[in-house]
Amino acid sequence: MIEPIIVFGPLIAALVAGLFQRLVGDRVAMSVTTLVLFVSAALSWVMFLRFFGAPEAYVIELLRYIDVAGFTAHWSIRIDALSVTMMVVITSVSALVHLYSWGYMAQDPHRARFFSYLSFFTFAMLMLVTAADFMQLFFGWEGVGLASYLLIGFWYQKASANDAAIKAFVVNRVGDFGFALGIMAVFLLFGSIEFKDVFAAAPAKVDAVFEIGGYEIRALEAIGLLLFVGAMGKSAQFFLHTWLPDAMEGPTPVSALIHAATMVTAGVYLVCLCSPIYEHAPIARDVITILGAVTAFFAATIGLAQNDIKRVVAYSTCSQLGFMFFAAGIGAYEAAMFHLFTHAFFKALLFLGAGSVIHGMHHEQDMRRMGALAGRMKFTWIMMLLGTLAITGVGLPGTHFGSAGFVSKDAILESAYAAQQMTSAATLAFWLGLTAALLTSFYSWRLMFMTFQGRPMWAGAGHEGLQHGGAHDAGEVHSGGHHAAAANAGARHAPRDHTAEDHTPEDLAHADHAHEPHESPVVMLVPLAVLALGAVAAGFVFFNLFVEKDGAAFWKTAIFHGAHNHVLHERHYVPVWVKWAPFGASILGFVLAVWFYLLNQGMGARIAANKGPLHTFLSNKWFFDELYHFVFVRGAKALGDVFWKIGDQRLIDGLGPNGMAAVARACARRLVRLQTGYVYHYAFLMLIAAVAFGGFVLAGSFGGAP
Amino acid sequence: MTDAPWLTLLIFTPALAAVVLMLTRAVAPKAAIDGFAKVFALLATAPPAAITVYLLASFSPAAPGFQFVERTAWFGGFDYHLGVDGLALALVALTAWLMPLCILASWDSIKERVVEYLALFLILETMMLGVFCALDLIVFYVFFEAGLIPMFIIIGVWGGAERVYAAYKFFLYTLLGSILMLVAIAAMIMTAGSSSIPDLLQHRFAEDLQVWLWLAFFASFAVKLPMWPVHTWLPDAHVQAPTAGSVVLAGVLLKMGGYGFLRFSVPMFPDASVLFTPLVYTLSVIAIIYASLVAFRQTDVKKLIAYSSVAHMGFVTIGIFSGSHTGVQGAVFQMLSHGVISGALFLCVGVIYDRMHTREIAFYGGLVNRMPVYAAIFMLFTMGNVGLPGTSGFVGEILTLTGTFLDNPVVAACAAIGVILSAVYALTLYRRVTFGELVNPKLAGITDVTGREIAVFAPLIIATLWLGVYPSIALDLTEASAAAMIAPFAALK
Repeated sequence: MIEPIIVFGPLIAALVAGLFQRLVGDRVAMSVTTLVLFVSAALSWVMFLRFFGAPEAYVIELLRYIDVAGFTAHWSIRIDALSVTMMVVITSVSALVHLYSWGYMAQDPHRARFFSYLSFFTFAMLMLVTAADFMQLFFGWEGVGLASYLLIGFWYQKASANDAAIKAFVVNRVGDFGFALGIMAVFLLFGSIEFKDVFAAAPAKVDAVFEIGGYEIRALEAIGLLLFVGAMGKSAQFFLHTWLPDAMEGPTPVSALIHAATMVTAGVYLVCLCSPIYEHAPIARDVITILGAVTAFFAATIGLAQNDIKRVVAYSTCSQLGFMFFAAGIGAYEAAMFHLFTHAFFKALLFLGAGSVIHGMHHEQDMRRMGALAGRMKFTWIMMLLGTLAITGVGLPGTHFGSAGFVSKDAILESAYAAQQMTSAATLAFWLGLTAALLTSFYSWRLMFMTFQGRPMWAGAGHEGLQHGGAHDAGEVHSGGHHAAAANAGARHAPRDHTAEDHTPEDLAHADHAHEPHESPVVMLVPLAVLALGAVAAGFVFFNLFVEKDGAAFWKTAIFHGAHNHVLHERHYVPVWVKWAPFGASILGFVLAVWFYLLNQGMGARIAANKGPLHTFLSNKWFFDELYHFVFVRGAKALGDVFWKIGDQRLIDGLGPNGMAAVARACARRLVRLQTGYVYHYAFLMLIAAVAFGGFVLAGSFGGAP
Repeated sequence: MTDAPWLTLLIFTPALAAVVLMLTRAVAPKAAIDGFAKVFALLATAPPAAITVYLLASFSPAAPGFQFVERTAWFGGFDYHLGVDGLALALVALTAWLMPLCILASWDSIKERVVEYLALFLILETMMLGVFCALDLIVFYVFFEAGLIPMFIIIGVWGGAERVYAAYKFFLYTLLGSILMLVAIAAMIMTAGSSSIPDLLQHRFAEDLQVWLWLAFFASFAVKLPMWPVHTWLPDAHVQAPTAGSVVLAGVLLKMGGYGFLRFSVPMFPDASVLFTPLVYTLSVIAIIYASLVAFRQTDVKKLIAYSSVAHMGFVTIGIFSGSHTGVQGAVFQMLSHGVISGALFLCVGVIYDRMHTREIAFYGGLVNRMPVYAAIFMLFTMGNVGLPGTSGFVGEILTLTGTFLDNPVVAACAAIGVILSAVYALTLYRRVTFGELVNPKLAGITDVTGREIAVFAPLIIATLWLGVYPSIALDLTEASAAAMIAPFAALK
């Protein structure tokens, strides 16, 4: 029974680290969690590799959860190709992030708490992917949300971190609102919330409708759309994406694990899991395709104009999630899962690499103050380079030899092209996806060049005056909305305050050369190397398993295809130019980035300084935060005040009890003054009067009636 | 097994203890009495808690009807008639197990008139247990009304600065509702010829009479619960009440409204319930959204939690009037869960109020720096309040919403907005009290929770998580009785 060990090991580790850290100390807490995660990861790979062969999907039921009139859910562990794929991703990245955090969080006074949260997150995520019904899925879904909230706000002294944590939770709640309604709709339609019942019955419900307010809505479409609202929140899709960039307030290992590799992909997982529903809901799928494609494009445009290294990677994540969604939307679920799988490696790599840079730069995150780090941090640079090759999709077109991102992203774009014969949304997806690939390449190389190449812009590099002036001229961060400005300022200064709290001798020694960038410790570099291996090899090694000839044998019943869905097969017959286009886009992006950031250094800063409308629009992230703040935050506050001060105080109290209460109070005061001072005597009097009255009525009634 | 009058023992042990306490005070020297009284009162809450364990163990959830029935002639043709079904027993358990915690929570915070305070709490316990065990309308009414008095006095004497205003508001609101109910009770006994609740559950009242009776009962229960727009007494009462008073108010007294709907309004007046379902839905949805938004704007910790109670009770009413099994089970569960979680939240407020004597949110901030254990406990109950899966708060919300969705998806969708809003106000409160730097110099010396406080919280933590992970333990208990109570109503829907 290795399944419960994989899932519950991290929970126990989290409890040990969280509850007993005062007893056992930081090192034990960190060791226990890290060790358990490595065991969990090793066992997950065993499960995964077993799935190459014979085993069918199965479910281990552990305990009854909710059981009311057909609304039945269990705590269980569901093992199938989808869940083992997710388990491998989750536990592997989590184990590496645990290890990495030994270095990254070495000076944090609350590291035991940090490790406890990380392990708790892993547990919740595993519960999510191994659920056999919608309730446990929702438990995991909100559980990872809690972990995300706790970890984004990990540095609780920082106002910006607290804001970001609440924002993440609340925006996700908006998604969960839709998700929960989707679950209720599932129960209304199927009379069950267990996957096996629901998915088996879905084909029979194709023509079922919900009647709402006189309108008839096809039930499966409604369910598909509602569940997707949940996915939009968790996976930061267009409209509900605003929390993800702010989530970068959390420590960087968290960004890598939760906000890149695992939690944010839960929405994609949900859509793939519910393929038996979506295959009968073409409108819902078109919506997913369009929103996914728009997200892929829109997030990439914002990524062009960000200067915080983590925010660039965050928008990149948002964009890549868009790719996964439109892949699922056009019916290429396997390609979506494949990209989820490869993305986990190279995006975790990029985040941890960025973390290594931030660590080496002493918590500097602004790329305008980096530059020329390749020489100082050679290993990190090479690893980041491998990650960048993966995300920009470098490989040999027409074959499946290339970086992980190349193989999986091309599979998606080819599928999108092939799917045009089924839905015109696919045309939009293909072209927006292709454009996004170009932008991805540009901002990824921009990040690399600004960070590792060019002139050193960090303090102590002999460019002191120049770089400060330059930063202020560019002024993007500071003009870019109050929130972003505050967030960035906080991000730069607070961790420093933090370490300043507990000066160990090493820290002080450290502070002497505080401005010298340095390579990170080995414990942080090893995870980079492992992930880089994945970023290079995960594509061609697992290509056959996920989307090609072994696919059917691997997925078995975990993913369902409708009778007319042959996208993955049609993909082979796309024109040659389609196979070359993504690579061409990637090259073009690279060339542009070289032009802007290597050959003409300072051009980017000049564009930023001009404050052109397009740049302003992009660096302000399409003004979503401002709009939402105005409509929702200010709106809720205004409504709350109206309800409270006018509704409650003036209308309800004013017209109702206050008049009476005032009279009663006046009477009471007078009586109190006259009499004993014990108001409750009068209360007794009132009650006795009431009882007497009642008794009188009753006595009369019994006298009269038989 | 059922030979002993278990329910009578359950109900009247605390009252008897209260009498003993008062008599002791009359003879004993004043200096020594307070310490003795606390221990004595705590011990006096033990028998009901223990009897509840016994009742739960020997109760058969599947058997229909009432169990542990006691019946003797009382006066004027009325019987002293007691008994419990699963629904009542669940609420009895909540009451009997919360009371020792209330006494324990008052240990250091009450300094004046300790004996009277404790005696009133014990009397209050008797009244509350009586309400849930009563099987005769008159017995029910007496307990229901008499419960008002100790609470009124607790707020009026041991409350804050505005206690007299709050106490009268509380009293007037609830008494006005009660008088209408009394008239309705008289009418029911006249027409049905019996005051026995089991008999009345079998009686089918004429439809037009049902409408009047329903409205009269509604006046009383809607105030008790409270529903919008008769909720404004609750924030004031909570703010002024001492901590333990708030715990009982939120934990048990509000539940009498929900219990009343389920025991009387819905099963006895099913036609009228169908007729008024849109009214209840509308008021509940307003309560959920309105109270949540108002909670968001509060500057007083207790007021904020009080408004959140109003919102959470909205889920109870939509669940009950959904007429679906899922919804009603959810409503009962929500009552239990809210009893635990909101009680615990008021205790959380009590912890910092005892130390700083202010409930102003702005006064606090950064408490986690000095009180990490407190911060963890407060976080757990905040998450329960938000309805995070894994805590009991989630189960009640999802079941009531699902039940309502089966009946009316639009109402469920509107009510579910409350799930978003609860995250907004609860997390904002938590953040403002707990996170951030500790800037207020007055907080520099604040100390973390004591062993006694942890002892108060521990059972509530266990209950929140246990009910959240294995809710069947409560749902199985109430299943048959909840189904029985809504059967005639559901048949009409």
